[in-house]
Amino acid sequence: MTADATLGGKSTRGPLLGGGRRKARSSYEVASQWRLMWWKFRKHRMAMAALPIICIMYLLTMCCEFFAPTLPLTRFKSHKDCPPTAIHLFREGEFIGPYILRKDSGMDPVTYRRVFVDTDEVVKMGFFVHGEPYKMWNLIPTDIHFFGPVESGGEFFLMGTDSLGRDVFTRALYGGRVSLSFAVVSIFFTFVIGLTLGGLSGYMGGFVDGIVQRAIDVIMSIPGIPLWMALAAALPKDMSSYTRYLFMCVIMSLVGWTGLGRVVRGKILSVREEEFVTAARLSGATHGRVIFKHMIPMFMSYIIVSITGSIPATILGETSLSFLGLGLQAPTISWGTLLQDCQTIEAIAQQPWKMFPALFIVVTVLMFNFAGDGLRDAADPYK
Amino acid sequence: MLLGYIAKRALKLIPLLLAISVVIFIIIQLPPGDYITNYIIQQQNSGLEVNQSSIISMTKRYGLDQPVYLQYFYWIKNIVTRGDFGQSMQWTQPVSQLLSERLPATILIALLTLCVTWGVSIPIGIYSATHQYSVGDYFIIFIGFIGLAVPGFLLAMCAVYFIFTHTGQSLTGLFSSAYVNAPWSVAKVVDMLPRLGLVVFIVGLSQTAGLVRQMRAMLLDELQKQYVITARAKGLEERRLLWKYPIRMAINPMISTIGWILPGLISGEMVVSIILSMPTMGPVVRRALIAQDMYLAGSFLLIVSVLTVVGTLLSDILLAVVDPRIRFGGVTE
Repeated sequence: MTADATLGGKSTRGPLLGGGRRKARSSYEVASQWRLMWWKFRKHRMAMAALPIICIMYLLTMCCEFFAPTLPLTRFKSHKDCPPTAIHLFREGEFIGPYILRKDSGMDPVTYRRVFVDTDEVVKMGFFVHGEPYKMWNLIPTDIHFFGPVESGGEFFLMGTDSLGRDVFTRALYGGRVSLSFAVVSIFFTFVIGLTLGGLSGYMGGFVDGIVQRAIDVIMSIPGIPLWMALAAALPKDMSSYTRYLFMCVIMSLVGWTGLGRVVRGKILSVREEEFVTAARLSGATHGRVIFKHMIPMFMSYIIVSITGSIPATILGETSLSFLGLGLQAPTISWGTLLQDCQTIEAIAQQPWKMFPALFIVVTVLMFNFAGDGLRDAADPYK
Repeated sequence: MLLGYIAKRALKLIPLLLAISVVIFIIIQLPPGDYITNYIIQQQNSGLEVNQSSIISMTKRYGLDQPVYLQYFYWIKNIVTRGDFGQSMQWTQPVSQLLSERLPATILIALLTLCVTWGVSIPIGIYSATHQYSVGDYFIIFIGFIGLAVPGFLLAMCAVYFIFTHTGQSLTGLFSSAYVNAPWSVAKVVDMLPRLGLVVFIVGLSQTAGLVRQMRAMLLDELQKQYVITARAKGLEERRLLWKYPIRMAINPMISTIGWILPGLISGEMVVSIILSMPTMGPVVRRALIAQDMYLAGSFLLIVSVLTVVGTLLSDILLAVVDPRIRFGGVTE
């Protein structure tokens, strides 16, 4: 504590510019591997652009109660299948702040279909408005929403409504919470299985290696989506949605750990014969210590690359399965279950805004691919 | 030399095939309840008379009153010796009959997609690598990213939507309604082609994007090597220089991935077929899984996995034919 204080004091007293320059010159030689990786990652423009978007996505969906203008199950009975509401800023050439026009429903005289027309009634929009009460993260009761009509009860649908009159944007945010956290949770399981089995396989060699390798061969020979579907179909139908979510994560990782397992095994094989490993073993370190303390930090960056690479595949897999009705099931909102609303050509043709959740999927997967590319380039900063 | 190599590879596959069959048998057994009880309930639900003698004969045939490991044995024996994959509960007909109706189309689409994917991605990859950082290269990279990020079902939905709104035609199914039951003729094939093309395009897009990336990266690696510089310094014509070694070297790792692309293609084909309601295995397997009609779904998985294994064997053989270093045992892996 005192040492820190004196050091800090010294550096502010000394010539700031000169010290900084000297630091920059010598920093490259003494920078840690992670710092070098960060510098290399920073050069990848696409990845750097993707990073904040991924963060925003996670922020939006993790705090979806706050960012959503309403609640996912609230039905606006008079606004079923309502197209997106446009946000205006200027009224008759004059800036009056964001507002929307209230929509009235009517009947198309030719097709007898319900249509919505803008009325002249201005509904003011604002930030941090009071809306429907909710509990933030199921803990803090509040009714503040990030953006919405100033007076509560205004019908504001950024991405339209579904056939039951529920706000698609709100549901997409809540669905994103499920889909994005699903990726993280199943990646965690993948990480555990892949690291353990891949590590054992590479470290023990011989019989264990043979078994794990054959297991990887078997899993990789069976097409992924049908295998996921078959395993998901075996889950009992009366499972609670939370248990089902966890089980789906486990299924995803049971099928998906093979890639990581191979990376870990290959890397362990390449460092197994290094002198520092022999030294550690000679000085009496246990197998676990040798693996986790000495070997894994050597190739941690490759593990991270492999994991980032499998996030998009997990998201696509979960949404595809949920879309087909074999993944997460109806009361659970995920991007896949939301897209079930547009399974018919009529729905897509007449209410194209129901496809908006797809936009979230594409953007997320795209950004993870960019970030993964940047990470792959940065994984070996000494190259 | 080559024959010995093939024999060795083929022998290695037998334990793999056995392991796959065990895994799939476990999957078939996973849902709660035993087959006969479920079968009776299914029959009663659909209002059919439950035939006691047929139940007894089925129990005997599939060894359903035996312990599980014997059931596995009966299951495999029936498949290998008689091509009998069990009974589909939903359709109340033998699984093998359903498979023979639907599976050829699935495999046809997958293989066709494989050929198209390869035929398209290698030239594009070569162009992209030889014109690195050009406008065309960036365009290809961009399309590739999109192809990797858009899920197949979404692409299929969008395609159906755009074709419907622009031409008023619904391109679902493999044939238009006029030809579904018509005998094979030139007109029927012509009618089928755009539909088949659509499926192949949608299924192939993400695979193509992946392969183009791989081809580009491999060729770029190769082009930086010293033998290329030497050849160029000696004044070798650019086209000759490219075709003589770098491309051959870059294609090799792609050949070895054929076996692993096949499961991906079949996965993709399944999802897309469900959206486009193709007369392939996709929609059938989906319904079978929702109804937990496991013999049907499991048999599909088994056949497709065996095909994948055969695919890897073929790709190994092809690689040995193309790459003399492997043929003569110079390179182990």
